[in-house]
Amino acid sequence: MEAQTPTGFIELDQVEKVFDVRRKTGFMRGERHRVRAVDSISFRVARGEMVGYIGPNGAGKSTTIKMLTGILTPSGGRLRVAGIDPSRERTRLAHRIGVVFGQRTTLWWDLPLRDSYRLMHRMYRIPDARYRENLERCVELLDLGELLDVPVRQLSLGQRMRGDIAAALLHDPEVLYLDEPTIGLDVVSKSRVRGFLRDLNAERGTTVLLTTHDLTDIEQLCKRVMVIDHGRLMYDGALAGLHEVGESERTLVVDLERQLPPIRLESAPSVRTVKVEGPRQWLAFPASESAAPLVARIAADYPLVDLSVREPDIEAVIAKMYESAGGM
Amino acid sequence: MADTTGAVEVAGAADASGGRPAQWPEEVFVRRPRFVEGVRAYGLIAMMWLRSTMAYRASFALTVFGNFAATAFDFVAILLMFSHVDRLGGYTLPEIALLYGVSGTAFGLADLLLGSMDRLGARVRDGTLDTLLVRPVPVLAQVAADRFALRRLGRVFQGVLVLGYALVVLDIEWTPLKAAMVPMMLLSGAAVFGALFVAGAAFQFVAQDAAQVQNAFTYGGNTLLQYPPSVFAKDLVRGVTFVVPLAFVNWLPALYVLGREYPLGLPDWVAFLPPVVAGLFWLPAGLGWRAGLRAYRSTGS
Amino acid sequence: MRLYAVVAAGQFRRFATYRTATAAGVFTNTVFGFILAYTYVALWDERPQLGGYDMSQALSYVWLGQALLMTCSMMGGGFEDELIERIRTGDIAVDLYRPADLQLWWLAGDLGRAAFHLLGRGIVPMLVGSLAFDLALPSSPGIWMAFLLSVALGVVVSFAIRFLVALSAFWLLDGAGVAQMAWLAGMFFSGMLLPLTLFPGVLGDVARALPWSSLLQVPVDVFLGKYPGWELVRAYAFQAGWAVALLLVGRMVQSVATRRVVVQGG
Repeated sequence: MEAQTPTGFIELDQVEKVFDVRRKTGFMRGERHRVRAVDSISFRVARGEMVGYIGPNGAGKSTTIKMLTGILTPSGGRLRVAGIDPSRERTRLAHRIGVVFGQRTTLWWDLPLRDSYRLMHRMYRIPDARYRENLERCVELLDLGELLDVPVRQLSLGQRMRGDIAAALLHDPEVLYLDEPTIGLDVVSKSRVRGFLRDLNAERGTTVLLTTHDLTDIEQLCKRVMVIDHGRLMYDGALAGLHEVGESERTLVVDLERQLPPIRLESAPSVRTVKVEGPRQWLAFPASESAAPLVARIAADYPLVDLSVREPDIEAVIAKMYESAGGM
Repeated sequence: MADTTGAVEVAGAADASGGRPAQWPEEVFVRRPRFVEGVRAYGLIAMMWLRSTMAYRASFALTVFGNFAATAFDFVAILLMFSHVDRLGGYTLPEIALLYGVSGTAFGLADLLLGSMDRLGARVRDGTLDTLLVRPVPVLAQVAADRFALRRLGRVFQGVLVLGYALVVLDIEWTPLKAAMVPMMLLSGAAVFGALFVAGAAFQFVAQDAAQVQNAFTYGGNTLLQYPPSVFAKDLVRGVTFVVPLAFVNWLPALYVLGREYPLGLPDWVAFLPPVVAGLFWLPAGLGWRAGLRAYRSTGS
Repeated sequence: MRLYAVVAAGQFRRFATYRTATAAGVFTNTVFGFILAYTYVALWDERPQLGGYDMSQALSYVWLGQALLMTCSMMGGGFEDELIERIRTGDIAVDLYRPADLQLWWLAGDLGRAAFHLLGRGIVPMLVGSLAFDLALPSSPGIWMAFLLSVALGVVVSFAIRFLVALSAFWLLDGAGVAQMAWLAGMFFSGMLLPLTLFPGVLGDVARALPWSSLLQVPVDVFLGKYPGWELVRAYAFQAGWAVALLLVGRMVQSVATRRVVVQGG
């Protein structure tokens, strides 16, 4: 049996994944070339950590998750989750992990939510008492009580996501992988999902690894963040450090009463107005700064009607990282 | 490493003493025979699909009828043929009905149990196969149980009906052995068709849009077997005897029941081979499936 | 008119991109062609000249059936599933505001699809069939042209029927049942199962008079030169008559359905 090293619950050593891609160059003709989707990645995640795993589309995020869950076999390197080699003992590992694919529900479309949970109960052979206890807890914390007898097709996107998260946790997984858990959700649903994940991690010590496009997810949940691009691990550390490295900016969108010249704030030199369109203006400010004083100043000097804050997107952060660090 | 028959293995830093630190299950992983696990998972998933279809009761009745009628058309065509002739390829209508009934029922059973496997290519394309790979049960069972539909019983009913007609009308000198041949044919025939469904799905790992190829062997094979071997060219009969063993579904065993001469000058005892052949045919089909799944897991597409 | 040509070309190209599926379909059509051809040989061995066909004509019938199966959508598989889906989801309201006629729009698309299926799914099985068996092929280019026109009319009749089937989704929540019934009727009455000339008595007369015979039976008979001289015009008139009648019914149903959508607000 594989001994568990104290250093890591999830361990990757020089893991790589190479695909042979065929590209069509004409009718019935193709060109083969190799793509390194994951290029020699190494990291360790300790039991009970909550880590954000971010990067632009096609960077290798989901390939990594697929290797960690045993869906894909690595082309090279060593990979262990809870001491298990995922690709060789897929079904054994399955009992110990939970997976939520944000854009792909695993719930049963035409059946009440409860029925999907019963299937999990039987499929994972969860002891009755434990199943009841876990279901009760998830129902309470994710506020699913009213929804248990509603067919899944009638649930909203946010309700379905909560349902999916509960389904992934009924068998007490030690690690939970979430692929874009807040994508497409409204603000209330997002904060409810985040709150639940925070509690899950804090109270039950479940290790959580999540990929996301929404930096707020990371900000509110993860002390540690890993950035992957072109298959390589570009950054591994605290979120604050990422902002320093990336010097990313958030955007404040303000709607004024009428069309005015670009907003200028003498007291805040780091803020600049990047776009004006009728009464609406876009202001960029460093992501590490709070938006509150800025809003207060604008409200004092300008006829403010409405406003919203847009988070920097991952692509922008990573682009900045390249610029400032020369590709690290 | 523990053996595969049921040893208990304790892994990880388990703390089964109770209390808050022991939040995880006892982390007891019991290895069970894959076949048993697969059948159990199949049953669980099939039940879910049954309950899902009950949400649309009205269209369920319609589709059972449609399934029955669509299948029955094959036999109507044969009846129309026999309104013009007394024999086809030297066989009478009841004799052909026996061939038809056996093949139709066997294929119907395989289609009922494994018919959805032709959707594998679609699942690979839309990425939903991945959600099956994170479950602790065999993927084959999950794919096979996908969209389990009782409406496919329409095909089985129709096959049984024609088979019943043939058995009533035919003047056969029944022996215990001949009587035992009937259920044997149906079961091993279903197994042969089932292996074809699995092999076809395995092929879709390679060519995701090629679900039709599998139809040529499954539906096409069923159509072929509804007629006597004397109708077809020798090479075609050789092909479905030695390469894709369709001839063992009904031709060889049914010809024994009918007391007819075998095609290709095959000896009498081949009539008793269907269970063996079906078992052997599952080997390449199963290996093909494993190879296909392995290829998928290394290429991800 | 240009708009509809663009729609047709678009559908042609769309189906042309499914290369593996096309190859797989050709393979299946060819396998079925072989199986059915042998059963026809057995039948015509017993009864030469059955149904007014000799052996090679009967074999041509089999292979033409495989070649036209997709072109004339005898087993469905055209646009109707998509249209039913649009009606069910309410997207149809968007289509109704387009500056194009709903029926002509979908007809143009279906003609484009049929053109691709005739080339992509028809030629290879026909070629294989003519190499493996002794088929009765028309000697004059005139008959080939006449055949193509008859196929085109068959596609329009097939479209008109499926358009009506799809429109039923305005009234029935679940269009699957109607689609299946139409599919069964198409299988049985197009001549796909057996030539309609083999159907006995009244059943045969009725089958030959129904619109579905335009899909396979009539084009094949044109191919086999069964309509000399003015007979050919009568065959076309039969197909065109059904096409016009069914398209008109489709128009009427469409306008009733449209009013429904407008009244209900989608």
